[in-house]
Amino acid sequence: MLTLQCPYCGVHAEETELHAEGEAHLKRFGPGSSDDEFETYLFMRENPKGVHFERWRHASGCGKFFHAARSTTTLEVFGTYSAQTLEPPQDIKDKISAKYPGWSWRDFS
Amino acid sequence: MRRYSAFAIAREAARYHTGWERAWRSPQPKKKYDVIIVGAGGHGLATAFYLGKNFGITNVAIIEKGWLGGGNTGRNTTIIRSNYLQDPSAAIYEKARSLYETMSQDLNYNVMFSPRGVIMLAQTQSEIRGYERTAHANALQGVKTEFIGPERVKELVPIINIDGPRYPVLGGLWQERGGTGRHDAVAWGYARACSDMGMDIIQKCEVTGVRQADGKVTGVDTTKGPIDCDKLGLVVAGNSGDLANMAGFRLPMESVALQALVSEPIKPCMDVVVMANTVHGYMSQSDKGEMVIGGGTDGFNNYTQRGSFHHIEETVRALCETFPIVSRLKMLRQWGGIVDVTGDRSPVIGKTPLGNCFINAGWGTGGFKAIPGGGWATAELIAKGEPGPLSAEFGMDRFIEGRFIDESVAAGVAH
Repeated sequence: MLTLQCPYCGVHAEETELHAEGEAHLKRFGPGSSDDEFETYLFMRENPKGVHFERWRHASGCGKFFHAARSTTTLEVFGTYSAQTLEPPQDIKDKISAKYPGWSWRDFS
Repeated sequence: MRRYSAFAIAREAARYHTGWERAWRSPQPKKKYDVIIVGAGGHGLATAFYLGKNFGITNVAIIEKGWLGGGNTGRNTTIIRSNYLQDPSAAIYEKARSLYETMSQDLNYNVMFSPRGVIMLAQTQSEIRGYERTAHANALQGVKTEFIGPERVKELVPIINIDGPRYPVLGGLWQERGGTGRHDAVAWGYARACSDMGMDIIQKCEVTGVRQADGKVTGVDTTKGPIDCDKLGLVVAGNSGDLANMAGFRLPMESVALQALVSEPIKPCMDVVVMANTVHGYMSQSDKGEMVIGGGTDGFNNYTQRGSFHHIEETVRALCETFPIVSRLKMLRQWGGIVDVTGDRSPVIGKTPLGNCFINAGWGTGGFKAIPGGGWATAELIAKGEPGPLSAEFGMDRFIEGRFIDESVAAGVAH
């Protein structure tokens, strides 16, 4: 069973207490954007086999959104971090690099 | 290929079964093929079969990283139905269902298609309205379905509890010509027929790269060396995203785990397929007597072919409520498969940014029922280079144009 630590309230929550909210760090587009931009934002996904960054919500807890770095092939969790950021923190990236040297995800590596 | 028949059984019985030949060859890959299909699951093998049968293209390799039919084709709950709301879906799923009816004869392989009937239970007022609407839509599409009341449901499924405490059964959408099939036999039957046409099925051969020149695919790198091709078909379900990354484009899909389980075998007690979408569980009884049970997908991306336990708990809880006798059954096996889910819960059959590379993917939780139809449409797409009438609406460009085939709303959860 997947367990993530909520970075806000510190609770180690198992997945029935959480809600998966899809890919993290999406660039959002609004009125006036092109069809391609809307397609990228709304539908196109990384769907990587390996390191992945996701949004989660501590739905049955503090209710806040946060980010998690996870492997989709081993279900290993590299860490969780605040949703108030555009990029994963360096310590989580270092942790991933230690295990998967040369990894990349969108513009991060 | 020696045909299977009653005479063949008698002949082999008389000589201690020494004369059966292998159902398909296991050749080494050639340098080059006209068409390479990546993925020897149901859709991949069906695509190859109809390329040969409908278009005479037989210089084809089907390459598979594991064993054929070992992915979602061998992991589903074998339900076959075509009671969809949207016209393009009803067309392709009904094509598939009708091809299932004669598949055993067409392939000379018993796929055990059993048109035993499928009921989708209506357990809320909105489901009643939704299924009545679907029944009307199906009437216009030429798919025979009917909305039935709770008494008729009880008559068809004596073990059902129609007065459940949370969600009483208020009716159901009944498709008499839906049913089940033998999932492995579908893959094996297509594989045998493809091999007989001279196609090469290359198992334990993983694609590691897609070779390109001038925006076109020239071949694939595999664990058994490079293989060239004129056209490439990607038919790999849950691994579509990974293969698309290799080829250098993105897909509007995410891969998640979907689970199923079977009980110990019991005496025949239910001769139809029942789907309960509100409480989220579906069940049928196999010919061996096991109750075959399917549930929901996990919410997060996953490539491990293992799902979360709490979904099994939810599914079993729902079924105990709907079928009280289930509470006393022991469960024998439980497994997971990786399904690729699109934004509108409908598949993608169409062109990719690479000119001679085509894709059949995104079937999500409902690919088995569509195998012959999906293969038929994908073969037409690859042979002609342009989608035919069955797949015209299923191109990836629908996500740019907002022209969705929205089955996520129409079909509820299970689909």
